[in-house]
Amino acid sequence: MPLADLKKSVTKSPVWKSVFRHDYKDTERNRYLQILSNIWLHLHPTKISRHAVEVRYTWGMGGISFFIFLVLTVTGVVLMFYYRPTDQYAYYDMKYLMNDVPFGAFIRNMHRWAAHAMVITVWLHMLRVFMTGSYKPPREFNWVIGVILLVLTLLLSFTGYLLPWDQLAIWAVTVGTNMARATPLLGHEGPLGPQIGMKPDNDVRFLLLGGTQVGPPALLRFYVLHCVFLPVAIGIFMIVHFWRIRKDGGISGPTGKV
Amino acid sequence: MSDEITEGQGLTGGDSQAPRSTPAGEPVGPEVRRVPPTERGAVAAPVPVPPRPEKKADGLRRTAAAEESDTNIWRYSRRDFFAKLGWLSVFSFLGVMLIGTLRYMFPRVLFEPSPIFRAGFPEEYLPGTVSTKWMKDFRVWVVREGNRIYALSGICTHLGCTPRWLEKEDKFKCPCHGSGFYRTGVNFEGPAPRALERVKISRAEDGTILIDKSIKFLYENGGWDNPQSYLSV
Ligand code: FES
Repeated sequence: MPLADLKKSVTKSPVWKSVFRHDYKDTERNRYLQILSNIWLHLHPTKISRHAVEVRYTWGMGGISFFIFLVLTVTGVVLMFYYRPTDQYAYYDMKYLMNDVPFGAFIRNMHRWAAHAMVITVWLHMLRVFMTGSYKPPREFNWVIGVILLVLTLLLSFTGYLLPWDQLAIWAVTVGTNMARATPLLGHEGPLGPQIGMKPDNDVRFLLLGGTQVGPPALLRFYVLHCVFLPVAIGIFMIVHFWRIRKDGGISGPTGKV
Repeated sequence: MSDEITEGQGLTGGDSQAPRSTPAGEPVGPEVRRVPPTERGAVAAPVPVPPRPEKKADGLRRTAAAEESDTNIWRYSRRDFFAKLGWLSVFSFLGVMLIGTLRYMFPRVLFEPSPIFRAGFPEEYLPGTVSTKWMKDFRVWVVREGNRIYALSGICTHLGCTPRWLEKEDKFKCPCHGSGFYRTGVNFEGPAPRALERVKISRAEDGTILIDKSIKFLYENGGWDNPQSYLSV
């Protein structure tokens, strides 16, 4: 029985025990421990109400959005190994990824479709929350956080749009950022903008583009926003969002059901 | 908490009063607590509560005399003052950093093509023509109508795409959302809310045309009457 002895000495060792803090017997206590003692699973409550798994009610869209966000994070980081956000390289790096890097097209398409999917699922999540009245107190604060998350999702989608650096990207972002010209006070064509001294080279659009037109500085800015600034921001708000769900009594359910 | 009596107070100030306790040893009255024998040996003495100086709104205790001479100049204690000074320096540092970072996002030098370019001699443009010669490099059409030459900016006033000059249909047409403009630049179809912009046109000393895209003349502001917006030949 040397194997059994070995197994015993391993599983009884302090190293093993410090990593695996409980066994896997199907007891209530163990089921709690599995959730509680795991850094990833502890996002989840140890106990949920029966209605929480009723997919016809919840649609599962919040969870799916979060899952897609994780997919986007992983594929996005992988894409960063080949992509250089400069005028000279960006388009060719994208082409290289699509045509020559092993699985490059697969990873990029995954990122692209997941991005489209996330915008859709976040909207659907919002629709469900609205239709079931789950934005009402005590969840009104979390609704506001959710609106911020929606805006951040759209901004991530928009900043990612420029990165392929092809004609579609440049003109789409030209059109998109031209709206910023019309910002009240902060845009050089917006209400009261010119009156307080806004010009094409000092208004909010200039801040966004790092220039007066969509050029290399805009590419770099959008890249930094897309890969660092916005993901960090959305991560912080997601932490608050998830934490708030539990503080407000868990996922909302049909009235009358507990 | 404030009604609790600490052991230290009990030890020093407890013996002046006669014990007021029931034969069973239960303490009487709300302000007296019996100290357990384990703490004080066998003697169980009731302990009076010393009067506490009243707290002022700003958290300071002052005697009546001090109150009298208070001219309200030194509202804060030194500790309050330094605490406020500390927070002030922290927030002013963060504020200056924020303003600095914001300014940092507005570069002084732009690596963009110059908005000023030379567009040949006026004689090169025939009356009644729209020249697309400078479109690719500078996004400007040069239009000559009779003896007037003006430069139209090739930026759609809807959302900034580049319209195309359609010779046969005698109009500028934007491929993005279908805005159409007459050769004067005035919009007549599609979502564009206003006419194309004209830019500054002048003659250099050598007689060539000088076009400055950074100076615009808007139709709706009456800018097209400005003599800088056209060239007479
Ligand atoms: S940008 Fe030209 S019609 Fe919309």
